[in-house]
Amino acid sequence: MTDMYALLMVAIMALITFLLRFIPFLAFPADKKTPAVITYLSNALPCAIMGMLVIYCLKDVSLFTGNHGIPEAICVILVVLIHKWKHNSLLSIFVGTVVYMLLIQMVF
Amino acid sequence: MAGYICLGIGFGVLLQSAGYSFLWAILMSLTIYAGSMQYVAVDLLSGGATLIATALMTLMVNARHLFYGISMLENYKDVGKLKPLLAFTLTDETYSLVCSRDLLPEGIDEKKYYLFLSLMNQSYWVIGSAIGGILGAAITFNSTGIEFAMTSLFVLIFVEQWESAKSHIPACIGIICTLGCLIIFGSGSFLIPSMVCITIGLLIFRKGAEKND
Repeated sequence: MTDMYALLMVAIMALITFLLRFIPFLAFPADKKTPAVITYLSNALPCAIMGMLVIYCLKDVSLFTGNHGIPEAICVILVVLIHKWKHNSLLSIFVGTVVYMLLIQMVF
Repeated sequence: MAGYICLGIGFGVLLQSAGYSFLWAILMSLTIYAGSMQYVAVDLLSGGATLIATALMTLMVNARHLFYGISMLENYKDVGKLKPLLAFTLTDETYSLVCSRDLLPEGIDEKKYYLFLSLMNQSYWVIGSAIGGILGAAITFNSTGIEFAMTSLFVLIFVEQWESAKSHIPACIGIICTLGCLIIFGSGSFLIPSMVCITIGLLIFRKGAEKND
């Protein structure tokens, strides 16, 4: 692939990402009252979407073949426990990632 | 916020292993600036995806940003000219920080706080990915599994939101709808159906979710 083509791909990704981020502000201007249902969604969606993203990260885990998702399960539980204990984002990410790398490189 | 450095390093290392130097990492972190999408982008770049596939993938992976924008309508109501900039920097991480309103230091101008937060986050992200790209070229190590940094990040944000939410119905709807759609549609095309299901689910259970507010 040429660098020009790669640049084009980056430009497309950048443009679409920006549009997705900006459209809501155009669609619901500040000087007009935002409908109640939209306000409700904007409060409730974050939790739901974060749940979705967790599943998205684990989408390629195969429960029935390979390592049966055991390293992923161990590390997700580990991150939850460490985070509930210390509430330190960097620590949770670091421990989760390092333990996961060790598990899949050496154990599974 | 410092989680961004780790994630950025992970991205830089991955991109380097796909044959793109740290300059590419910086360029992508400056222009695209979307964590999970940039991880996906490494796949797309190394696999030589078509431009259409690239556009569709970006739409799917980042469609959740539509929801972030909607959630921020209230917070960003009075920011005036800063709006395009704040919208551009509204990533997963920035979004989750702006959502945790209790983090807002007392007596500090909201507008300045949002701007500072957004710019700091992007700086961390750009610096992290540059370090990753340089590190990845300088030392060789087995980076298999480094992508779990992203999973860890989302899991911990989920935990924080779970703890601060008054109703757990939205979080459960998110998990259940996504799992259902993953089983039905498969891992290649479940994101858009999931988002549709989540929106419908939230509307159906609106009374229950709001009762505990």
